[in-house]
Amino acid sequence: MITLTINGQSRQVDTADDTPLLWVIREQLQMTGTKFGCGAGLCGACTVHLDGVAVRSCQTAAKDAAGKKITTIEGLGGGKPHALQVAWEVEQVPQCGYCQSGQIMQAASLLAKNPDPTKQEIVAHMDGNLCRCMTYGRIQRAIVRAAADMRSKSGA
Amino acid sequence: MTKITRIGLPSDLKRRNFLIGSSTAGLAFGYVAVSGVHGISDALAAGKFEPTAWYSIAPDGKVTVMVGKAEMGQHVSSAMAQIVAEELEADWRMMNIQLADNDPKYNDPVLGALITGGSWSVRMNFDAMSRAGAAGRITLIDAGAAMMGVPAGECRASNSQVIHSKTGKKVSYAKIVADGKASRVWTADELKAIKLKTPGQYTLVGQSVPQLDIPPKTNGTAKYGIDAVAPGMLYGKPVVPPVRYGAKVTAVDDSAAKKVKGFVKAVTLDDKTGTTSGWVVAVATTYPAAKQAAEALKITYDKGPNANVSDQTLIDEAKRLQSAGDSGQLFVKKGDSAAAIAGAAKVMEAEYLTSINIHAPLEPMNALAYEKDGVWHIHTGNQFASRTGGIAGGALGIDPKNVVLHQYFIGGGFGRRLDGDMVVPAVLASKAVAKPVKVIYAREDDMAMDFTRPLTYQKVKAGLDADGKLVGLAHDVVCAWPTARWGIPEFLTPSVDKKGPLDSFTVNGADFWYTVPNHQVRAILNELAQKATPSGQLRSVAPGWTFWAVESMIDELAHAAGKDPVDYRLALLDGAGDNAGGAKKLANALRTAVGRSGYGAVTLPKNSGIGIACVSSQERATATWTACAAQVEVNPANGEFKVNRLTLAMDLGTVVNPDGVKAQIEGSALWGMSLALFEKAPLENGALQVSNFGDYTPMRMSQMPDLDISVIASNDPASGCGEPGVTVIAPAIANAIFNAVGARVRSLPITAEAVKAAIKT
Repeated sequence: MITLTINGQSRQVDTADDTPLLWVIREQLQMTGTKFGCGAGLCGACTVHLDGVAVRSCQTAAKDAAGKKITTIEGLGGGKPHALQVAWEVEQVPQCGYCQSGQIMQAASLLAKNPDPTKQEIVAHMDGNLCRCMTYGRIQRAIVRAAADMRSKSGA
Repeated sequence: MTKITRIGLPSDLKRRNFLIGSSTAGLAFGYVAVSGVHGISDALAAGKFEPTAWYSIAPDGKVTVMVGKAEMGQHVSSAMAQIVAEELEADWRMMNIQLADNDPKYNDPVLGALITGGSWSVRMNFDAMSRAGAAGRITLIDAGAAMMGVPAGECRASNSQVIHSKTGKKVSYAKIVADGKASRVWTADELKAIKLKTPGQYTLVGQSVPQLDIPPKTNGTAKYGIDAVAPGMLYGKPVVPPVRYGAKVTAVDDSAAKKVKGFVKAVTLDDKTGTTSGWVVAVATTYPAAKQAAEALKITYDKGPNANVSDQTLIDEAKRLQSAGDSGQLFVKKGDSAAAIAGAAKVMEAEYLTSINIHAPLEPMNALAYEKDGVWHIHTGNQFASRTGGIAGGALGIDPKNVVLHQYFIGGGFGRRLDGDMVVPAVLASKAVAKPVKVIYAREDDMAMDFTRPLTYQKVKAGLDADGKLVGLAHDVVCAWPTARWGIPEFLTPSVDKKGPLDSFTVNGADFWYTVPNHQVRAILNELAQKATPSGQLRSVAPGWTFWAVESMIDELAHAAGKDPVDYRLALLDGAGDNAGGAKKLANALRTAVGRSGYGAVTLPKNSGIGIACVSSQERATATWTACAAQVEVNPANGEFKVNRLTLAMDLGTVVNPDGVKAQIEGSALWGMSLALFEKAPLENGALQVSNFGDYTPMRMSQMPDLDISVIASNDPASGCGEPGVTVIAPAIANAIFNAVGARVRSLPITAEAVKAAIKT
């Protein structure tokens, strides 16, 4: 048994220590917004936050997530849509949508530490997240939009 | 020229199956109605109004459109709803979508099957969705007028309300349905008799309304096949053989796997459909356990007849076939190209190659299967539910009418999910353990077992007269035939030399709109490739390689004739004879892209060039007029190059959702560039030498060029926009490299080595 704190809730899961966090989240806890893409840390579809830091859940052992705050796409906005999720709709980013939870989680970890990223900073931060539909241009625009919205709300 | 034919229903209804290729799989369009499967049927009981099968309106006014098309990010579900809403006069905020299962009542009204591909959907469903929408509006106006006690002829509908124009009285669709006043069900003849709006009357078509499938894709609630669950479900992980096709399992030792906690069984697939060969599925209580057990299985194979096939053997065989004058079948024969070339002042000849490519959608193949009360249920996202249901039935040895395919959002299709292989391990594993089993391919399985874009070898020979005018062109296309593999006769095209049907999905595009008096196109099946590397439909299919050859060669001819490549193309697009109409639209798209790119007007940095290409993808009968100007910068020292900007113009007739069209052009153009530069799946020892995104490397954000996209809208029937953009990019880039440094490359993907080598010569 491992105790995980996920989206603010404490959950007991019966799993081996080395089970990838991805499968615990997706199949045992049935939070299917986090996606399986490559199983090798190469695509970013499974990105979640551990204590606010974006990690690949397919490369994270369940036991290593114990004692940390896990955030998934389902809990990102804390009950209301995160500025990125709003921007993703405004910019009409997703096509197939499969990578987009991971893209949003990856982007959220950037905006948490850098409220006004340059295009170069966005590309550098996002380049590990593959979008097979190649919605990259819209992802960039949505990040810029969300950053501006967050700055204006915080009065920065 | 390809004619889209309706897929026929078997004439003898008792003969439910007809053969798929050489396999014994049944492709049947039978279907058993299962209670609880159909949202709409259930909905009727709840007081909804359903004027046709395509949608219902609930007592709260919400409209639910049944989508028979696979939603894989092209926003086709939203487009269908938008077309319905236009004639229905519905408030866009009331529109919802529901994906249909494999019930034939949701068949494509033109194609007669549940199939999504070819950039056909909007074109082929526009009329049916429009009529369905109009039927609802007419019924609601009649009902609303009666409720208000006014003549229907004095009423109009707008924003989900019936309005009496004189008095301003209104009644909402919700109220009409809630009061049970609308119940008319329209017959096919009645629908046919409806007078539809003219394009000038559209208020919603042509607007960039928000796509209905996007909100759930931003918050994790969108459900894909991989997210499906069933009570008591087990997990399956395929163990795929060391060759792409033709292996047999000779022994399975599961002694080590048995030590894995949760391991249930290793199931060796006896696939009677021949869709898979030499597969084993490790079944366990969790996916990680299934994966661990799969790794622990010791499997012995007979690698079969294809274990020595490689890219080189496929190319050698293609060259042998091409040089044999009597192989293949003619797709185009106009005049006498051989005589024209023999008598030409100048003859040009070139070979063009494209590599094997894989789809690699981000959602790996998967399916959940279980049997319940004699009916097999399969949960997955699929582009060809009619055929895939048949494959499941064939694999199980049951009547395919007892297979229900539950449709989900598709995490990337690109043609990969036109195939039905993923249902085979799911149904056979589930049958073997008598429990629901969700099979998920690991990324490595997904890549190794892709139904690929085939390796293609093309030879083009052209003759110019003394003025440099193109008088004869002979174009041979040698590759595996992906669509012939389906074994569905309606998808094949008669050859003009009456040598039997050919797979036009290997030569579409070669029947271009340039006026060439003597023109021949020959389609040649590479049998070796057909057997060793089962090919599939990869986004844009044939025009993805035919235009690579045609648009490279036209450029070569222009340079040989000492003409500007744009002027040369425009002269060939004269609209003479059967090129009337289309050729001028293509010329217009070409001028638009060229003009916006600054071609000939801007001074480019040293070793930079702008290259041009224009295409009529996908088929002649469904052409979208697309042109591209690519700006490329080359380092002549090492051949490395960078694509700085792609300028595209596309005329696709009626545009339903301009932003949606733009999104498709963005994605397809980048796909074209990714295929041209970054993607290759080498074949060695009968196996695709790709395992994960470390060695098969689609474009990343940092590799994206600037994009400039112009959509030329008209009132012509809607054409497709998801694929044509793929096909125009590679030749534009190659032509730009030539304009930059004089290096002609003829093989995809284009490598720095090839550019450097071509500079030297």
